[in-house]
Amino acid sequence: MSALHIKKGATKHSAYNLRPSFSDVQERHTLAVLVENEPGVLARVIGLFSGRGYNIESLTVAEVDHTGHRSRITIVTTGTPQVIEQIKAQLGRIVPVHEVHDLTVEGPSVERELAMLKVVSDGEKRVEALRLADIFRANVVDSTLGSFVFEITGAPDKIDAFADLMRPLGLAEIARTGVAALLRGE
Amino acid sequence: MTREMTGAKMVVQALKDQGVDTVFGYPGGAVLPIYDEIFQQNDIRHILVRHEQGAVHAAEGYARSTGKPGVVLVTSGPGATNAVTGLTDALMDSIPLVVLTGQVPTFLIGSDAFQEADTVGITRPCTKHNWLVKDPDALSATIHEAFHVATAGRPGPVLIDIPKDVQFAAGTYSAPKPSTSHYQPRVKGDLEEITELVAAIEKAKRPVFYTGGGVINSGPAASQLLRELVEATGFPITSTLMGLGAYPASGRNWLGMLGMHGLYEANMAMHGCDLMIAIGSRFDDRITGRIDAFSPKSIKAHIDIDPSSINKVIKADIPIVGDVAHVLEDILKVWKARGRKTNAEAVSKWQSQIGDWRKINCLAFTGSDKTIKPQYALQRLEALTKDHDRYITTEVGQHQMWAAQFLNFEDPNRWMTSGGLGTMGYGFPASIGVQMAHPDALVINVAGEASWLMNMQEMGTAVQFRLPVKQFILNNERLGMVRQWQELLHGERYSHSWSEALPDFVKLAEAFGAKGIICKDPADLDDAIMEMINYDGPVIFDCLVEKHENCFPMIPSGKAHNEMLLGEAETQGVIDTQGAALV
Repeated sequence: MSALHIKKGATKHSAYNLRPSFSDVQERHTLAVLVENEPGVLARVIGLFSGRGYNIESLTVAEVDHTGHRSRITIVTTGTPQVIEQIKAQLGRIVPVHEVHDLTVEGPSVERELAMLKVVSDGEKRVEALRLADIFRANVVDSTLGSFVFEITGAPDKIDAFADLMRPLGLAEIARTGVAALLRGE
Repeated sequence: MTREMTGAKMVVQALKDQGVDTVFGYPGGAVLPIYDEIFQQNDIRHILVRHEQGAVHAAEGYARSTGKPGVVLVTSGPGATNAVTGLTDALMDSIPLVVLTGQVPTFLIGSDAFQEADTVGITRPCTKHNWLVKDPDALSATIHEAFHVATAGRPGPVLIDIPKDVQFAAGTYSAPKPSTSHYQPRVKGDLEEITELVAAIEKAKRPVFYTGGGVINSGPAASQLLRELVEATGFPITSTLMGLGAYPASGRNWLGMLGMHGLYEANMAMHGCDLMIAIGSRFDDRITGRIDAFSPKSIKAHIDIDPSSINKVIKADIPIVGDVAHVLEDILKVWKARGRKTNAEAVSKWQSQIGDWRKINCLAFTGSDKTIKPQYALQRLEALTKDHDRYITTEVGQHQMWAAQFLNFEDPNRWMTSGGLGTMGYGFPASIGVQMAHPDALVINVAGEASWLMNMQEMGTAVQFRLPVKQFILNNERLGMVRQWQELLHGERYSHSWSEALPDFVKLAEAFGAKGIICKDPADLDDAIMEMINYDGPVIFDCLVEKHENCFPMIPSGKAHNEMLLGEAETQGVIDTQGAALV
């Protein structure tokens, strides 16, 4: 409490949630940014992150409303609470940005990513790759006598775990979509 | 109302419908159709500059002195890239501009055509928003939207890139209508936050108002309401470089400017206050000094229309997002309704403490009857021009800080300076823009000789359009601020910080068809300044000043507000290696 009896950094009723606690802890946040699908809008968002030195761990974008020309950009970023607040405020002032949602704060949310992994091997390794793919519920979308392409969907750490297992079994190439995320419930 | 017309005609029609009376520009291949339309009308004056950077700064001067958006018209490629510095300057200082650039025809875009540049790509980070218009039917609506975006919320520069074939093509013109765009920044502050601030105002023992350019951008009503609030509460008030004039320098609660070269009493009040009310100011590093030692014991209220300004640098205890005028109006309403309370006894003690700091007389300098001290030159300029209808612009450097310290501003929109970007070469073209908007006023650009040379080609513009702008050059034959830092930080190794081969400014003025005045004796100064004021036309005033004067007070980089240097005697070894790494 200060001399003026105002609690510094109180959080209860601010219009813009402008009273974050300024800790040094790095947090991982998933942001959903709804934008006007006009030329250059993705460049504006990416330019903001590079220009101001923010991190992008994952980014996906696609038009989600064809009649309203809205795209949804899902960004996974890390930073201190102050940096995360700045990122949201800076995104909010980009003119074609309609809404910025912090799914990590507004959550719980569900996050999914799709990946395709090419595994080139034979003999025991090939059998083991197929067996593990079954455990992870990955689908075989292409097969030759010497290779598989697996398709797997899940949270990013599940895909990481699957890729780690495939590496000694002949993982040759991997393509990931980045995270798509939605709030749970209504 | 809709009508068929060419894209070029639409541009001119849209500008007229937006109330534009002046455009600053420079023609070229990709804007010829628009220039052809400008030739065939008389409602909009076009000011031909000598370099596109000059056009943008002139438009900034026009905008800052009128509160209306400045308009620029330049060609593709180099025309657009030359505008980039001005755009960045306007973005940093929140100046509303609408910049129109020509572009190569749509079918040549991407082919590395002659004078092609990716203008929207290059200017994306230095505009508030920009557009490439490929459809003539979308052109007029885009221009109207551009004026809305430039002026709504926190103002800023916008750019519209118009390919040449779009200028030739026919399309449907639509007149301006109230913006239906989703971009509608909120202007009313949250009433609960405002009430909390009023409660803090009632209790504060050591309050200070810390105001910035946002007050001026909010319009004359904001300055009026600020004055009312300051007078009613009796709280002291300081301002950033950008906010000078919102509260009158003659006001009894005025502390002077704060910050790196701000006044001792202003910075000490910021350091020692228990309630800081930041209004339209953004805690720039020139203001805060060392962050972790910035006003350590205060509750900080921050009023700003841009949510991203709040908590960016300094954590706000009472954040209020809204337009300054709207928020001040509500603060006054709530404060009056609650009985106009302040802790008058404590505030008067605080004022007397501030009075003690004021007695230090931090702007004192050693006078001379042999050489003109730059501070003395500005004192005389102030004395001889203060009763005129006066507008001041500046370049960037020592002279800029001295002008802020020694000239007094009684009203908003009278002081045009490059604050955020610190653009040398800003002041001269800005003075041209100001004079265009206020033809009968006395417009003075306080300059250093090095800054002034950066856009000296605009002398041609001033003479062509008979703009009686006064170029008051404090000539120390040095890059004074660079020299000062080299003295303090780099062992007095003056690497490339002197001006050699300077022109004879009197002859230079005469070569352009203007008047030149030189003055080097303090005894002649008043007469020379009067000669400048009384001359009906542009003047270059070459004021030869002391070459090694340093600008004080100064908060060295990496130091706190209460660690100011007041004069030469204190400058030895005060900036450590960490501070030296800062700018």
